[in-house]
Amino acid sequence: MLLLLPFIVLVAIYFTGSSLRLKVNPDDKLLPSATQMSDAIKQVAFTEDKRTGEYLLWDDTVSSLRRLGIGLVVSAAIALVAGIATGAIPLVGATLSPFITVLSMIPPLAVLPILFIVFGLDELSKVVLIVIGITPMIIRDLQSRTREIPAELWVKAQTLGATSWTLILRVILPQLLPRLLVAMRLSLCSAWLFLIAAEAIASTDGLGYRIFLVRRYLAMDVILPYVMWITLLAWLMDEALRRLTQWIFPWYGGGAR
Amino acid sequence: MIEVRNVWKKYGDQVVLERLNLTIAEGEFCSMVGASGCGKSTFLRLLLGQEQATRGEILLDGKPLPSEPDEHRGVVFQRYSVFEHLSVVRNVLLGLELRQAKFTGRLFGACRRVARDEAVAMLERVGLGAALDKYPQQLSGGMQQRLAIAQALVMKPRVLLLDEPFGALDPGIRRDMHELLLGLWRESNLTIFMVTHDLKEGFTLGSRVLVFDKVRVDPQAPGAYGARITYNIPLDHSRDSASSIHMAQAAVEGAARADVIPA
Repeated sequence: MLLLLPFIVLVAIYFTGSSLRLKVNPDDKLLPSATQMSDAIKQVAFTEDKRTGEYLLWDDTVSSLRRLGIGLVVSAAIALVAGIATGAIPLVGATLSPFITVLSMIPPLAVLPILFIVFGLDELSKVVLIVIGITPMIIRDLQSRTREIPAELWVKAQTLGATSWTLILRVILPQLLPRLLVAMRLSLCSAWLFLIAAEAIASTDGLGYRIFLVRRYLAMDVILPYVMWITLLAWLMDEALRRLTQWIFPWYGGGAR
Repeated sequence: MIEVRNVWKKYGDQVVLERLNLTIAEGEFCSMVGASGCGKSTFLRLLLGQEQATRGEILLDGKPLPSEPDEHRGVVFQRYSVFEHLSVVRNVLLGLELRQAKFTGRLFGACRRVARDEAVAMLERVGLGAALDKYPQQLSGGMQQRLAIAQALVMKPRVLLLDEPFGALDPGIRRDMHELLLGLWRESNLTIFMVTHDLKEGFTLGSRVLVFDKVRVDPQAPGAYGARITYNIPLDHSRDSASSIHMAQAAVEGAARADVIPA
């Protein structure tokens, strides 16, 4: 119950402020009341859009989650391969790790214009932004996790007849998979950041696009529910990844909580 | 069977081991004792192939040892000897799979069933028959070391190398492990090398004690001289010559204590 307390306090403060402002000026847009917000939700989530015949919130959610999902999966795949290669194969590590370190220092939003120029304004450039934004961090994390695997285990695997390939396949890869999920959880936050940034700048749908679109009308009654919806989605994804880690890798203790 | 010929090991200017000469017959159980930092574990790593001798050579059946760890030499470390992502039975199965499936590292169908039966039989011998599907994390320290021993022995290695395998265990559990290890050693024709800090353990287990010690010490250059095998004591437990063992033990303890005092 205690964990709900801060949320309740926050909601209470908001609605007190909201009703105080609305009493002074019924047309105030800054802190909309619960009825205004539920009307707005009804409008975007449960009413067909007059122009397109779609339900805006669900359409926005689907396109945003698609971008985010593709971006996360692609990043995870690249990072897993690169992390294992640089962490487990000294030659590759010596060649590529300084390069990856430098790459990860590039502010992803600074290269967004380049992405728009190279990949155009549609889906690809947004997914690429997410990938560029989070992959280097996951690679660096997995690389150091690979190096953390005790030398004793490598030797032990060799005495059990492992070749370099089977060593990676049967020991390194399975030990890294839960760590990959943890790294993905940690990079969810940045992934959302890059998604919303890309959608805000050039898009025709998506949660980020909608927020920045209605900003022009000071439509706080739409923006606030959208922000809450995004927060809920992000939290659900984090929770789902956490449970997935616990469920698939019951042996994995560290960081799964 | 194992012949060590004039082996030296240096790290840069620091000589760790010098002029080691040794012949060990098949089926011996060698305990290696000595003060810390005098090269017991280094010698074990040389035998394992994890490191190479700077000078000299180690021969196994007259041929130089392979320069990488391989499946003829099993090993049990003090820690990190088992794979935490595999259940107990899969830990033991892993070696059998890796040996037979060079590309996938996995066995399927009938091959897998045969290998699994072999793994289960091995686990029953070390007393882990009831914990097949547990993960190493759920096992006590002693059970983890049992698992590590089973994992090494299922490969039927010629040589088993133990690096302070019981160093982290309680005395009572340690005694059980000694009995287990001696039993396994007598059943098979294994050659065992065990590094231990515990002199008593060194003398109760095994058929031979190798004592590592620095004979020459230059106070101006502590790294100039390395350790040698100062005593090579065959133990004959069958005749129960307790008194001679005690005398040898006393001599070694005296030497070890003298060594602890920095020169």
